[in-house]
Amino acid sequence: MAGGQERILKRRIASVQSTKKITRAMELIAASRIVKAQQAVHAAVPYSECITEVVRDLGAASGAVNSPLLKPRDAIRRVAIVLFTADRGLCGAYNSSVIRATEGALREHRDLGRGEAVVVVGRKAEGYFRYRGFDPEASFTGFTDRPTYEDARKIGREVTRGFLAGNYDAVELIYTRFVSAGTQEVVRRPLVPLEQEVIEGGDARPGTDTVGPSYEFEPSAEAILDSLLPRYIDARIYAALLNAAASEHASRQRAMKSATDNADELITNLTRVMNRARQDSITTEIMEIVSGAEALRSDNSEENATVDSTNGASS
Amino acid sequence: MPFAVQFVSPEKVLFEAEAEMVVCRTTDGEIAFLPGHVPFVGALGIAKVRVLVADSNEVVAAVHGGFVEVANDRVTVLSDVAELSDQVDALRASRAKDRATDKLRSDPEDAEAIDALARAELRLEVAGATASASR
Repeated sequence: MAGGQERILKRRIASVQSTKKITRAMELIAASRIVKAQQAVHAAVPYSECITEVVRDLGAASGAVNSPLLKPRDAIRRVAIVLFTADRGLCGAYNSSVIRATEGALREHRDLGRGEAVVVVGRKAEGYFRYRGFDPEASFTGFTDRPTYEDARKIGREVTRGFLAGNYDAVELIYTRFVSAGTQEVVRRPLVPLEQEVIEGGDARPGTDTVGPSYEFEPSAEAILDSLLPRYIDARIYAALLNAAASEHASRQRAMKSATDNADELITNLTRVMNRARQDSITTEIMEIVSGAEALRSDNSEENATVDSTNGASS
Repeated sequence: MPFAVQFVSPEKVLFEAEAEMVVCRTTDGEIAFLPGHVPFVGALGIAKVRVLVADSNEVVAAVHGGFVEVANDRVTVLSDVAELSDQVDALRASRAKDRATDKLRSDPEDAEAIDALARAELRLEVAGATASASR
């Protein structure tokens, strides 16, 4: 029946409306977090700039560097990829583009005959690889929307340990770089071994060509380098985490905004259909009433006519 | 002629000022920097860093390891954890100290507890310095 359809539509509109409320709320939350995440990205820049500078100066000053973290290995047999995804979905293509880039990188290494390992950050990547029966070397979850330096250190320690133990001969990072609220890009960056160009190609500071002054070191250049390099790695990972978090919020905001817009459109369309259905049912009802009345009237007039004629005859 | 001092942690810039002198302790011993110091890089121990700010008051900070770099008349202290004296939570530090002391009593070799004790003592020392200075 027409009235039944109207009720069904009303219920659908109500459900779309409540979905819209949720997506709108998520959009607003993500929008407010972008700002904070962006500030965190900027706040971390001085440290990573300074530490990059010191590492570069030390590398230049101590000449022959023999830290295992700096030396490229002769044969790269196995490469570890650290990929940064979110813990949660509902953020558009954010997770899948990082995972797709990782799959591409893994294929590349496989083609070169290298073994591969993944270190996952974020529940989404963990689920993806575990589901496909690919056990991650290590996984870190639960903090991707608000990473702290402590989280970066945990990842850094794991990666450094695995590298020094010879589990893998190179480490790459794949994460989403936050360019602006409107633009994010998936990037793939080498992390260790820290070759000169790797150090200079960081996100924090494009390579500068100034020749470093000759430094005095205390206790010694090697000792400082040894304790500085792990921190440098941590800082790089921290920068990646922050960029990823800001990108995640930006993606989520965009995804939720288009979801809200879609809900709006859906509601408009459904309301139109519902109004038409209601109008149809009203029209039908009127038609029924009118035709009913018409039928009654024609019945009556026939009756009246006979009554009239009998009355006329009697008078 | 004052020079620029900056305390930088991974998460933010903690402190920035123009200073007359910076005194800190590297793993080898205390060292003071004046304007015009030669370029220098040192590893810091768990110790306090004193900064003589240009308008003649002193800022004390607890620095728990890290590095100090001096170049082009700039002193940069890079540290995972650093607290200015007025940021130290003295109560928490003294609790941490008690905890660490307890742990050391049962296991005097516990490296983590030794570090924790050193950090707590440093925090208290730095916090005490301002408390007495403000009095």
